[in-house]
Amino acid sequence: MKRIIANEQVCMGCGLCEVYCTVQHSKSKDIVKAYNKEKPRAISRVRLEVSKPISFAIQCRNCEDAPCVTACLSGAMKKDPETGLVTHDKDKCIGCWTCVMVCPYGALKTDISGKVVAKCDLCMELEEPACVANCPNRALTVKQVKK
Amino acid sequence: MPKYVIVGASAAGIGAVEAIRNIDKDGTIAVISEEECPQYSRPMISDFVSGKATFQRMMCRENDFWKQHNVEAFLGRTAKSLNLTEKTVLLENGDKVPYEKLLLATGGKPFVPKMEGSDKEGVFTFTKIADAERLAEKLETAQSVVVIGAGLIGVSVTEALVKRGLNVTMVELQPKILSLLLDAKGSDMMESIIRKAGVTIATGLSVQRILGKPENERAVGSVVLTNGEQVPCDTVIVAIGVIPRTELAVGTEIKLNRGIVVDNYMQTNVSDVYASGDVAEAFDFTLNQNRLLPLWPLAVEEGQVAGSNMAGKKTEYAGGTNMSSLKYFGIPIVSIGIANPREETGFEILIRFEPEKNLYKKIVLKDNVIVGITLVNDIERAGTLFHLMKNRVNVKKFKRDIISDNFTLAVLPASLRKNMCLGCA
Repeated sequence: MKRIIANEQVCMGCGLCEVYCTVQHSKSKDIVKAYNKEKPRAISRVRLEVSKPISFAIQCRNCEDAPCVTACLSGAMKKDPETGLVTHDKDKCIGCWTCVMVCPYGALKTDISGKVVAKCDLCMELEEPACVANCPNRALTVKQVKK
Repeated sequence: MPKYVIVGASAAGIGAVEAIRNIDKDGTIAVISEEECPQYSRPMISDFVSGKATFQRMMCRENDFWKQHNVEAFLGRTAKSLNLTEKTVLLENGDKVPYEKLLLATGGKPFVPKMEGSDKEGVFTFTKIADAERLAEKLETAQSVVVIGAGLIGVSVTEALVKRGLNVTMVELQPKILSLLLDAKGSDMMESIIRKAGVTIATGLSVQRILGKPENERAVGSVVLTNGEQVPCDTVIVAIGVIPRTELAVGTEIKLNRGIVVDNYMQTNVSDVYASGDVAEAFDFTLNQNRLLPLWPLAVEEGQVAGSNMAGKKTEYAGGTNMSSLKYFGIPIVSIGIANPREETGFEILIRFEPEKNLYKKIVLKDNVIVGITLVNDIERAGTLFHLMKNRVNVKKFKRDIISDNFTLAVLPASLRKNMCLGCA
């Protein structure tokens, strides 16, 4: 399984990870349209965590024993036994925020509708997740880990 | 002979089946369930009643969950008694199901206080899909509803009723609504929001009698409160809470308190017999004692722990605590652990209150360890705070930050960051 690893030693706190995550999860997937035209703007699934001088970006860790999967009231959060990924089914999600209550990383956010959660999907359709591909200082990298 | 027998097919039963199958792919599993339908989410019953969720949407596992997990399911069947010497479960039709390892995951049943008239048509409880279906049907023609209980369940059903455009009166015995989850300030905030939605709230009172209609004595026509006030209504919903269904254990060697007593491996005092979920008294890490905590996520987790132990993988339950997230009346709330500490006992309290934003944050600390979290209308960092609480992290160095908008993982000390963030340098 892929896991995105942050290296706070080289993170500049530029926030491009959030920008490109937003673009990737926008309707148009175009940076100008995503930021200026689409309302409400898409939600970044990655968070840049800052407490100067420290900064690093974090998103869903796809935990082995994922507390969000255990706690989910509706069955929307699942751990894929094949890929190890924690997946979120928007159509099943009821926005009860129980997963938000138990995720140590704050990796689950309220989606633009305000009614369901949004989480990192590792940009499976791309060769490399958007936050990693667009990190100018290689503070985000992809590592292959056990499920 | 089934190796594993599980009585009850809701949260704890599901958790146990999944955990057993993670370890033991072949051992036979039998599940006995009174309900015949596929697994559904009981906390979603209010969404069903409001019309937001269909039964299909409430199904919290795949339709063929039993088949997928190679479970022999006895559906629509009731376990009548246990024979712990013979190691069998007796069903209502006389069939005996033998077991090697038994899990009692029988859950809870709604608590209905003694009230004259509680057997009238139009009085409902709120824990099973069958109840919810009957209630939803009744609501098609209902106009005024009295909800007894203004805790989590009462508030959830009240919101559902408001969405359906009904007149609702909530009656709560405690002086404040949501009193197990919020302190006076938080409760007052929610009370005012719920009142604005058109709900009448009567606190410090209970329903003494349910009266019939003048033209039909059998049907609900009004309730009389303990202060003598009469509230006209056509429907009464009892939403006080659940009591553990311990029937199977009564009269056996299995140790009972209010619920079934278990150790940290979810095992009862009888070998090979386990209990999990609303029927069990599991460990509360805030109070440092075992108690009833009838909450869905904890039931799943307790079921997982029982299942792992039943399948031979020794697994200790880290414990749960009173913890709920609420989404009602447009205000997200997270409440974990102690919301209302008694002042004299050495607690430190951090508070942020911005009424114009409906924002309220309260963190209760004891010896610099978080023991209570209340977050109203900004819950995004709830999980990180819960992690610090559960792992008893000393927060002295960054205490001032935890209720501010600047609270992020970057605030945490380096060792903790490294430890927590799964592989982040």
